[in-house]
Amino acid sequence: MSWGFYVLQSQIRAFDDLLFPQKENSCLLKPLIVFGFALQQQKNLEGYVGFANLPNQVYRKSVKRGFEFTLMVVGESGLGKSTLINSLFLTDLYSPEYPGPSHRIKKTVQVEQSKVLIKEGGVQLLLTIVDTPGFGDAVDNSNCWQPVIDHIDSKFEDYLNAESRVNRRQMPDSRVHCCLYFIAPSGHGLKPLDIEFMKRLHEKVNIIPLIAKADTLTPEECQQFKKQIMREIQEHKIKIYEFPETDDEEESKLVKKIKDRLPLAVVGSNTIIEVNGKRVRGRQYPWGVAEVENGEHCDFTILRNMLIRTHMQDLKDVTNNVHYENYRSRKLAAVTYNGVDNNKNKGQLTKSPLAQMEEERREHVTKMKKMEMEMEQVFEMKVKEKIQKLKDSEGELQRRHEQMRKNLEAQHKELEEKRRQLEEEKVSWEAQQRMLEQQKLDASR
Amino acid sequence: MSEIVPPEVRPKPAVPAKPSHVAPPSRSALLGYIGIDTIIEQMRKKTMKTGFDFNIMVVGQSGLGKSTLVNTLFKSQVSRRSTSWSRDEKIPKTVEIKSVSHVIEEGGVKMKLTVIDTPGFGDQINNENCWEPISKYINEQYEKFLKEEVNIARKKRIPDTRVHCCLYFISPTGHSLRQLDIEFMKHLSRVVNIIPVIAKSDTLTLDEKTEFKQKVRKELEACGIECYPQKEFDEDMEDKSDNDKIREAMPFAVVGSDKEYQANAKRILGRKTPWGVVEVENPNHCEFSLLRDFMIRSHLQDLKEVTHNIHYETYRAKRLNDNGGLHPISSSVPMPIKHTQVMCKPTKF
Repeated sequence: MSWGFYVLQSQIRAFDDLLFPQKENSCLLKPLIVFGFALQQQKNLEGYVGFANLPNQVYRKSVKRGFEFTLMVVGESGLGKSTLINSLFLTDLYSPEYPGPSHRIKKTVQVEQSKVLIKEGGVQLLLTIVDTPGFGDAVDNSNCWQPVIDHIDSKFEDYLNAESRVNRRQMPDSRVHCCLYFIAPSGHGLKPLDIEFMKRLHEKVNIIPLIAKADTLTPEECQQFKKQIMREIQEHKIKIYEFPETDDEEESKLVKKIKDRLPLAVVGSNTIIEVNGKRVRGRQYPWGVAEVENGEHCDFTILRNMLIRTHMQDLKDVTNNVHYENYRSRKLAAVTYNGVDNNKNKGQLTKSPLAQMEEERREHVTKMKKMEMEMEQVFEMKVKEKIQKLKDSEGELQRRHEQMRKNLEAQHKELEEKRRQLEEEKVSWEAQQRMLEQQKLDASR
Repeated sequence: MSEIVPPEVRPKPAVPAKPSHVAPPSRSALLGYIGIDTIIEQMRKKTMKTGFDFNIMVVGQSGLGKSTLVNTLFKSQVSRRSTSWSRDEKIPKTVEIKSVSHVIEEGGVKMKLTVIDTPGFGDQINNENCWEPISKYINEQYEKFLKEEVNIARKKRIPDTRVHCCLYFISPTGHSLRQLDIEFMKHLSRVVNIIPVIAKSDTLTLDEKTEFKQKVRKELEACGIECYPQKEFDEDMEDKSDNDKIREAMPFAVVGSDKEYQANAKRILGRKTPWGVVEVENPNHCEFSLLRDFMIRSHLQDLKEVTHNIHYETYRAKRLNDNGGLHPISSSVPMPIKHTQVMCKPTKF
């Protein structure tokens, strides 16, 4: 009996421990040990608490907020970048009405952004595509990667500034989360331009190399080409996006499958063709149809699944935790190490965060002062008005007072007149009376 | 001394035109069989014995299938690194010129074929003036031939290393010509016969192909680039109509392959993809057979003639005029100075 009670007590205490871990329960451990009742690290609950619902709450909140994703596409013109984007997201981002960069003439490398809001199953995605027309097209392509680097850095800087503000209510995330680099299907290896570009950008953004227009290569050529590219990437120590290891068996198998097929050989198309009675997206040749979604023809489905269905969140996390943090520490270290503002021309983040807060406070104070002054002005104006009104009414009253007095005086005078008249009449009547009396007396004698 | 001939003026083809002031020879009927037409047979026998040279240069970015195409054209491994895909050689830092010669024989006719490859063209990050080594090489070959010609004791048969034909490979972007392509062709179309070719054309569907070709033709016209066959050298209506047909189909969209596959109970050259076999010699699939017929079966001699009579003559005229009379040894030039003095008489108004 007592044993049972102890066990029950211990269970209750254990429960308590879970909910209120601060309580001192050591005194109860003794009987527990006596009864060989070992406590495990992970406590099993006896009843339903309900925090298993937490992921659903997070899910609901995020769905309401919507997601953002920025994708950058880099490659020479004519490699099928616009077509691939259209195929990936099943929209016509670059349509005949708004032709993509390939149809417009460009003289220097530019960086262009286009935003599109996609909705599916109640979930909203604000997709930003950053395109780089003119990349690698000129005769002299030295430094054609500079505009791209500048763009990525400027997005990081915006985010850093937004993060360092005092008021952080709105923080739009426009950092580049992923960069798809298109390699021309030469079949031989990487070009010097490819190597240079990737070397300069692998520390700033997640690079996913793709083999464009992969229907040029036969399967054997494709294998050779991929091996060659991976060898060259390792040789030059380029860090492309690494798929994270997972504990889950299935997922890790998937990840391994993707890793084996890097770089992914893709074919893009949005034209629908009939093949054996099925309608598929593909490219029609006189010798056959290259299907976009067929795993044996190209790696498009793998790319789409990885980019959208499984690894989108991970790409954002890596951008946030690794690339952005690198940028931030480099930027801030440059400032604090030197002590002085070395990069005076480079924008707001030249001052340390404290100085920036001071500045913000001062700004705030001046704003307040201005508001105060305005209020005072308004107040004075109102006061003046009131005084004016009062004066007016006073004047009014005075006039009336005067008038009334005049009236009164007039009445007084009238009254006086009347009294005089009355007095006169009285006097005359009295005189008359006396005369009458006199006459009466005279008559009686 | 004759006037300075500006290099743009091309001398007319050195085929003897009918002199207008001479009355056309009267045609007399032959009374019997003489045998004049056997001269063709005699010429044929002679050519078969001596054989002839053909030099072809392939220019284009690496990975466009140049070597494969040349192998396919001549149905033998005439170009380096044709089958092995391993890149043991890195992309060279400057444009190199590598020439490989083979002697191939067909039907008793011997041909010394030289393939001149240009690795490193257009592969660097900065491709300014990457056509200069090529231009230099072509001019060097002309110079060599000129020197032999001008020699007092000439060889019986001067070895001909001049470039007869330059195949320029255009990358199949599907949009337009690249800046580099235009620059190269501008600089070299007056020095050598350029035949533009769309490489790896199994990337393009039929519609994309026609569209791309039209765009390329328009751009070439807009930049004033004349590819072989040049319009100005059409001699008569027959030539013109033939060449017009060719010009309409240019640039040829080709696919090269040196592997054979089984299809329709035949062994054919092609590329096997999971969705079908691209047949190299099928005119519906690609224009390789057109290119081969044009280059080898009908216009081979013409290519050589244009190179010899026009490009080489232009070069020769320029050289002779620059030097004021070419001496194989001397290079001093007293003449032009006197010449300019004559020209510089001030005119009074």
